[in-house]
Amino acid sequence: MTRYSAFAIAREAFRQHKGWDRAWESPEPRKSYDVIIVGGGGHGLATAYHLGKNHGITNVAVLEKGWLGGGNTGRNTTIIRSNYLQDPSAALYEKSRSLYETMSQDLNYNVMFSPRGVMMLAQTEHEVRGYKRTAHANALQGVTTEWIDAKRVKELCPIMNIDGPRYPVLGALWQARAGTARHDAVAWGYARACSAMGMHIIQKCEVTGITSQDGRVTGVTTNRGDIGCKKMGIVVAGHSGALAEMAGFRLPIESVALQALVSEPIKPCMDVVVMANTVHGYMSQSDKGEMVIGGGTDGYNNYTQRGSFHHIEETVRALVETFPMISRLKMLRQWGGVVDVTGDRSPILSKTPLDGCFINCGWGTGGFKATPGSGWAMAELMAKGHSPLTDAFGLERFREGRFIDESVAAGVAH
Amino acid sequence: MLTLQCPYCGVQCDETELTAGGEAHLTRHGPGSDADTFEQYLFLRENPRGVHFERWRHSHGCGKWFHAARSTTTLRVFGTYKAQTTEPPQQIRDAISAVHPGWSWRNFGETA
Ligand SMILES: Cc1cc2nc3c(=O)[nH]c(=O)nc-3n(C[C@H](O)[C@H](O)[C@H](O)COP(=O)(O)OP(=O)(O)OC[C@H]3O[C@@H](n4cnc5c(N)ncnc54)[C@H](O)[C@@H]3O)c2cc1C
Ligand SMILES: [Zn+2]
Repeated sequence: MTRYSAFAIAREAFRQHKGWDRAWESPEPRKSYDVIIVGGGGHGLATAYHLGKNHGITNVAVLEKGWLGGGNTGRNTTIIRSNYLQDPSAALYEKSRSLYETMSQDLNYNVMFSPRGVMMLAQTEHEVRGYKRTAHANALQGVTTEWIDAKRVKELCPIMNIDGPRYPVLGALWQARAGTARHDAVAWGYARACSAMGMHIIQKCEVTGITSQDGRVTGVTTNRGDIGCKKMGIVVAGHSGALAEMAGFRLPIESVALQALVSEPIKPCMDVVVMANTVHGYMSQSDKGEMVIGGGTDGYNNYTQRGSFHHIEETVRALVETFPMISRLKMLRQWGGVVDVTGDRSPILSKTPLDGCFINCGWGTGGFKATPGSGWAMAELMAKGHSPLTDAFGLERFREGRFIDESVAAGVAH
Repeated sequence: MLTLQCPYCGVQCDETELTAGGEAHLTRHGPGSDADTFEQYLFLRENPRGVHFERWRHSHGCGKWFHAARSTTTLRVFGTYKAQTTEPPQQIRDAISAVHPGWSWRNFGETA
């Protein structure tokens, strides 16, 4: 693997850029591996990366039915924050946010992490109390957030109308070190680093069945033949239910559509991320100048990666009140992803009833921010059998009634 | 946009008139049931990639709950039926079998 650097760019400039190699190899699958990761999204690739980097396990294959990041990783609105309410969430999301800070250096791949600050607007008295509570909880957890008043909100984001007739802005929960990153680059950076460690990144390889013997996983059947393994990680987001069925268990998960859209590019007008949970909308401006907008999920099960138009309408209508200047913007593109939602809005990182088979899912509408932390924790869980970061996120928490209730902190999809 | 016919008032409703209510035909276990049974009932879901039986409420109409059979991969609706049943009626099953030969009704909510 050639290292990327300013020097490499200069060198290639002198030889018509003919010296760049492929970022990752595309080998034929071997007969078997120590570990198979099903799903080549950010979380699956990050898991593979940390298996190699932290635990020295490199006889690993990542099997992806489509292309890398073609699932939710390449469809999300890239908000990264860690201002959750419950202690286990704060630990996992803050670990993740801090890994983002050095990710470009660690992977030698520019993931364009931009800690531009995220504010979550309080537009009702109830939200004011809720976010003040989160700010206090974050202080105890060592996550730096603060409650800011409406005047400060306006200073940080002048295009906002803070005295909207229906939903005046009363203040916000502000996390200055939160921000955004380039989603594809996260997947590609991990894939390149995994490939450099000798792992196999295999695209267009759909897992169609899971084989086992005496209650222990032995491998998978795929459209490219049978592949054996000693351990397996299922990391397929919206498709977790289908993979769980292959492995013989059910999940407390529903798959629904979540949509996002972007406007035509305009000059820089907003250098923070704003989320408005009461009206169900959020917005940021990409480096290309597009306004990136997202809202809430549909209410019904759906695997089609397309959602209902009226949800987009609701989101945009709500945002126009808070950002009157966007009312004349043309929207360029709109898309949807299949998100895996749990009852307590927290993920599942867990062993499963099938020995040697682990699952990482349930990130729902907000797992991009967790990509590196989730990979770190999942790798530890798979290598050692448990991890302090995943202990609270086991599958058994539902039957035991130990929910990690984040439905308040994650009131809107992001 | 998803449209479903309300089996009570006969109106062809568009989605904005309706509220989705999740998986249908769950067995609602009561006090005294064991942890496994409660877990099945309260949390575990079929979430199928394919035919799904689900509850809907005609909330901006007659207000009643009803059932629908729908594909989660094509969004095709096989039909709607009244809520006073613990299984999809035969004509709904036939409509599904016409599109998915070999398909069979599974005992959702049954604790194995
Ligand atoms: C519109 C939208 C906006 C979002 N906004 C945000 C946001 O602002 N901030 C945030 O933190 N999160 C956000 N999210 C959520 C975030 O995108 C996801 O939680 C996260 O990307 C999940 O990553 P993943 O790697 O687990 O899943 P994915 O990226 O979906 O990867 C799973 C992969 O598994 C593959 N797969 C499935 N079945 C099989 C099979 N049988 N065999 C082989 N491979 C298979 C899929 O093709 C897919 O590539 C958003 C999601 C959407 C849809
Ligand atoms: Zn009706």
